[in-house]
This record gives sequence, C-alpha cells and structure tokens, in this order.
Amino acid sequence: MHPAKIYPENLLTGKLGIDSVPWHEPIIMVAGAGMVGGAILVLGLITYFKQWKYLWTEWLTSVDHKKIGAMYIILALIMLLRGFADALMMRTQQALASGGGHGYLPPEHFDQIFTAHGVIMIFFMAMPFVVGLMNIVMPLQIGARDVAFPYLNSMSFWLTAAGAILVNVSLVVGEFAHTGWLAYPPLSELSYSPGVGVDYYLWALQISGLGTLLSGVNLVTTIFKMRAPGMTLMRMPIFTWTTLAANILIIAAFPILTVTLAMLGLDRYFGMHFFTNEAGGNPMMYVNLIWAWGHPEVYILVLPAFGIFSEVVPTFSGKRLFGYDGMVYATMCICLLSFVVWLHHFFTMGAGANVNAFFGITTMIISIPTGVKIFNWLFTMFRGRVRFEVPMLWTTGFIITFVIGGMTGVLMAVPGADFVLHNSVFLIAHFHNVIIGGVVFACIAGLNYWFPKAFGFRLHAGLGKVSFWCWLVGFYIAFMPLYALGLMGMTRRLDYMNNPVWHVYLIVAMVGALIIFAGIIAQVAQIAYSIWKRDELRDVTGDPWDARTLEWATSSPPPFYNFAVVPEIGNHDAFWDAKQRGQGHPRPKTYEPIHMPRNTPTGLLIGLVSVGLGFGLVWHIWWMAGGALLVMIGLGIVHTFNEDRDYYVQPEEVKAIEDAYFARLQAANKKDAA
Amino acid sequence: MASHKSHHVKPVPTDQTAAELAHAHHDGSHGSVKSYLIGFILSVVLTAVPFAMTMMHLMPVATLIPVIIGIGVVQIVVHLVYFLHMNVSSSQVWNNAAFVVALIIVLILIVGTLWVMYHMNHNMMPGMMSVD
Repeated sequence: MHPAKIYPENLLTGKLGIDSVPWHEPIIMVAGAGMVGGAILVLGLITYFKQWKYLWTEWLTSVDHKKIGAMYIILALIMLLRGFADALMMRTQQALASGGGHGYLPPEHFDQIFTAHGVIMIFFMAMPFVVGLMNIVMPLQIGARDVAFPYLNSMSFWLTAAGAILVNVSLVVGEFAHTGWLAYPPLSELSYSPGVGVDYYLWALQISGLGTLLSGVNLVTTIFKMRAPGMTLMRMPIFTWTTLAANILIIAAFPILTVTLAMLGLDRYFGMHFFTNEAGGNPMMYVNLIWAWGHPEVYILVLPAFGIFSEVVPTFSGKRLFGYDGMVYATMCICLLSFVVWLHHFFTMGAGANVNAFFGITTMIISIPTGVKIFNWLFTMFRGRVRFEVPMLWTTGFIITFVIGGMTGVLMAVPGADFVLHNSVFLIAHFHNVIIGGVVFACIAGLNYWFPKAFGFRLHAGLGKVSFWCWLVGFYIAFMPLYALGLMGMTRRLDYMNNPVWHVYLIVAMVGALIIFAGIIAQVAQIAYSIWKRDELRDVTGDPWDARTLEWATSSPPPFYNFAVVPEIGNHDAFWDAKQRGQGHPRPKTYEPIHMPRNTPTGLLIGLVSVGLGFGLVWHIWWMAGGALLVMIGLGIVHTFNEDRDYYVQPEEVKAIEDAYFARLQAANKKDAA
Repeated sequence: MASHKSHHVKPVPTDQTAAELAHAHHDGSHGSVKSYLIGFILSVVLTAVPFAMTMMHLMPVATLIPVIIGIGVVQIVVHLVYFLHMNVSSSQVWNNAAFVVALIIVLILIVGTLWVMYHMNHNMMPGMMSVD
C-alpha cells in the first residue's frame, strides 16, 4: 500500500488531485461508499418527505438549548458508530495478526485507524455527548429559559460538527494522521509526516476546539447569571455543579490545546522549530503542553458523568443525595487538582525522581475526592428503595467498573510501576476502564434518564437492559485480557505480533468487542423501537421517574420557553420538596410575556463555511481557506446588524400551551396539579 | 412539537427594547475614548520597546529575556485595565474571582512547565542547557 499521493502544489487545487482519493483501497472505498450512500439516503428521505423546511426552522437554525443539545447527542451517536467500527477493525486485526497471520490491515492503514479511533471517541463522541447533555439539562435544572448566549450556542455546535465532518472527509479524500491520538512530534512534524493526515488532525481539532471553548464560556455564564430566584450556589443540583466545574476546566484548559496545536501548525506550515528535533526545537515541550490540556480534559469528561450519576442515584433510590456538600467540595477539589497531575502521562520521559514523586503523589491525592463520591453514591443507595430501571443499572455497572479502573490508575500513579506499564496495553485497559465505565456508561444512563424529558417519551426498558448487559459483559471480556497482556509486555498500537502466547487473549478481547457491538445494536434498536412505539411510551406528566430536581417540574418535552413561571427555589431537591408539599405543579392564575431569542442561520452557516476553511488549509488551497475565513468573519459582522433577534411570547399563547399541559396532568390523575 | 406561532407575533410594546435589555446586563464600566487611547498607546510602546531592544542588540540575551518577560507582564496588566476594564470595585467581584482562578492556573502551568522542562533537559539533553 502506498500513502495517498501528494501532488506538487498548484494555485487552484493546492496539493489535491484525482489520486488523493485512495481508489485502490477496497476497505476505504467500501466505507466511503457507505458513508456517502448513507448521506444521500438521509438527504433523499428528507426531500421525499418534504421535511427540509421543518428541519431548517425547527432544528438547523434553532437556538433552543434543548434542540442544540439533542443535535450534539445525535452527532455523538453517529460518531460512536464510526469510532466503534475503528475499534472492531483493530481488535480483529490484532486477533488475526497474532496467530501467525498478518491480518488484513497494512501498517499504514492500521496507524490511521487507531489515531482516528482515539480522536473520534474523545473529541467527537464523548465531548459532544457530554456537552449535549449539559445543554439539554443544565438550563432546565436552574430554571433558565435558555443559555446566556443562544446564538453562540448554535455556532459552537456547528463548529464542533464541522470538525467531525473534516475527520470523516479525511477517510476518503487523502488520509488521516498516523501518529496516535495526540500527534506527538517529532513524528507529527513535516519531516516524518509529510502527508495531509496531521493537517486534517490539526484543523479538525482547532475548529471543533473553538466551538468547545465558546460553549464553555456560554454555560459558565448561564450558571452564574441565570439561576432561578432562591437558587444559591449551594442549592444547585449536583449535575449543574459538575457542569460548572467541567466548563471552568474547558475555559482554562482548551486554550492550552489551541496554542499547542497552533505551534505544531507553525512548525508544519511555516517551517518553524517549536517541536522539531533540529534548530533548537524540543518535542518534549509538546508532550508537556498537550498533557497540561489532556489531563483536565479527562475531568471535563468525567465530572459531568459523576453529575449524571448523582442525579440518577437519588431519584431511583427514593432518597436525598447523601453528602451533598461533600459532593460539591469533592467536585471542586478534583477541578483544581486536575491541573497538577499532568506529568503522570510521561513519567518515563526522564524528569527524574523528584518531579515524578511529586506528580505521583498528586495523582494519588486526586483519588481521594473521587472515593468520597463513590461512598456518597453507595450511602445514598444504602437502605433506599432502589428501583433498577435502565439508568440505575448503568449506574451500578459504573460504580463497580469505575472502582476497578480507578485502582489500576492509582497503581500506575506509582512511577516505578509506570516504568513497567507505560505505553503497554495495561494502560489501554486502564483508560478504557475509566472512560467506558465512567463516561460512556454515564452518557447512556443520562440518555435513558433524560430522553423522556427531551422528547416526551421513554426509551424502551427491555432493549435498554439488553444493551446494558451486552456492554457490561462485553467490556469485561474485551478489556480484562488487555490488563493481562500489558503485564506480559505487550505494547500498544501493534499491527503485528509474533508472540503466540498473546493470540488467545486477543481472540477473547475480540469476542468482547463483538459483545459490545451487540450492545450498540441493541442501543440503536432501542431508540428506533421507542420512536416507533412512542405513543405507548409517552410521558404525559413530565415526571416519569418520580424525580427530584427542577427539570422534571415542567412538561415533557418542555415548552420552548421551559417554564411558564420561573419557580422559587428553597433547596437542592426543589421539585421533590414541592411535590411533598403537594405543590409540584402549581397552576399560575395569570401569565406574563416571556422574552425569547429568535432563531438564526448564522451559526449554521459559519460552521459549514469553516469546513471550507479547514479543507483549504489542509490541502494548501489558499484561495479557499482565505475566502472561507473572510466569509465567516463577514457572516459574524452581518449578524451584529441583526436587531430583530428576540421577541416576546404572548400570555395567551403561554396559557394555551400550559392549559393543554394541565389537562394532560389531570387526565393522568396528578392530585397536586390543581 | 411545541407551537411556534409566536415567532410571527409582534413583540408587545414594552418600555425595554432589545438593545436596552442587552445593555442592562453590563453594569461594569465601558471605558472612554481617552482610556482606550491611553491603553492603545501604552500597548504599542510596550510592544515596540522589546522589538527595538532585540533588533538593536541593546543588552546580552541573558538580561534581555527576563526584561522582555517583565514587559510582557506589564502589557497584560495594561490590557486588563484599559481594554477589559478590570478594577477592584465591588461590582467586579466575579470578574476578579475569575481572574484569580486564571492566575492560579497560569502560574501552575508556567512554574510547573519550567520545573518539569528544566529537569527533562538536565537529564535527557545534557549540553543543551544554555540559552545562548
């Protein structure tokens, strides 16, 4: 196999030419044809059912935080399928290439697959999933009508989507990075990666990273400025607290990523020497900086996951969360501590015993607040009336799995042990243990938990349980062998293995991945079946789980203004307390006009044009990149002249919507809906 | 789907226009032409001076680098005061709190990086320690 051909640059198409598409690669061509075919099918169906106008006005141009959140999650689910396809290819390749054969993936392609898998799963699956849930849930939990900057929110989403589009374009046009998901130099420098793969990586992450950063600013402002009256900081639900912590981390950490990738970009585009081997460059500085972002990133993902479990556990245990204050302090401790542990990702680089000891100890310290959280969830369940609905199943699966993953993490926090385990598949097993067991389980728990709130009907419980058991069992079968293999000395990212002892473990791991695949199929089936049977699964009351926080106090799906009258908050289980007093659904006598933002296509357009910016930069098509940048700036400036960006919902319309909701409530026999 | 009729309903005439609403959220100071000009001139001077010092080789590199870093810090303060309008009044509590958090994180990053990289260079790249 040869890498995709690079043409000498020309003014019109840069480095792009007809052979930039790897026509001779059957696997890539089939995947690409599937992707293009799927896109054409979806577009065709939308056209056939004449849904373009609906899609445009209700979704694509929407600034409603609930719809933007839903779009984030749809993006995450699609990218989960793509990233998981990569995972299955790696597992089958390693199983085939360890028993004497060579497998079916040449090293060139295998390298791109493990890079794409990591990049997609972190940046375009886990991040959008978490940001999507925060978008849908947090404003409802604090009684806000939308986020602080609704148009910015739309733009953030479309920039993230643009990054995802760029990564997927790289599958067919050109190549993706061969470098591993963090693109360490010197390998990612021009001398060793002359192709466009690393450039795709850089621009996909720069564009989506901008979206993430703007979204962080937006959500922090929302939490500080738009809480319902009476909701002091210590009355915020834990998910809102963890959202706050995660977004503070985004604001603090993402600029580091942007700057680091920009310096790598300067090296590649302008021949500078920040991270090269020659001319005074220092690749170790890249590793240092990228992990100064990378470790907080781990907590950006896992803190909201902790928040989801902190909502699910009290709801399904029928008890107030044990140790609310402890939970808040633990969250904020982790938030700060996450900035002083980054060196544990490169103990072996040679900083020496003193530096390693410091970062080893800080890493162990961070497990203390995490342990506090685990005990808080366990004590909340203790003597509670635990209902094992689907979100609660995922939560119990999480507690056990995450504790195992956490302990292997503390093990590797010992620098001496890390010298043995560094870059082995033991590490791979560890971080999949905490990211799947922590973040993915949380996202799916959150999806099952808040789906009825967002869409007005529950997800089918039976298929949800099938999915859970497949994921849980599949996870252990897929990753426990990797712990063993890591201790036997198998390093990560191997395309070919000549040690016959490893073969059987890799076969078992592949079987585990196939079981997870069954779980994902069950997941997709669950969503499809629930949409089909939505009338049977309808949530008429807005409170399907007998839950405790404010998002359940409004209808499902909530009206676009969220709350007709913003409630007064007395404590952090505001809705539960109101229900206890028989005032869960107080009916206002009159309604006020509600101030709402208008939809705008600007965010969508800027996002779409940014794909052109990225593509032009990747292929050195300078007119395209420059033109796209000018158009993006122009669109932003034009938008500032749009004075018609908000309006008032009239009391009559609010009353009509609320009357219909109260009629449904009364039909459902809610006594407190007087 | 919730009804969206109201997208086409004229706003009720209220005493608050959108611009005023947008404005009402800013209670901090906005600065004047004078303060922006002072800030602009200061930042231009603070940019030009290190350039000049570097290009005219006014001092040895070992002195030059700390001086440039010092001027950079002053530059940051100028931006904060004249462009971001930070001050110590009570209406600025959240801004100042955010600034302190940012400061802590920046310090962790810079001091940590210097410490880490010093030891890395010492152990892994002996002979490449000198700045010159």
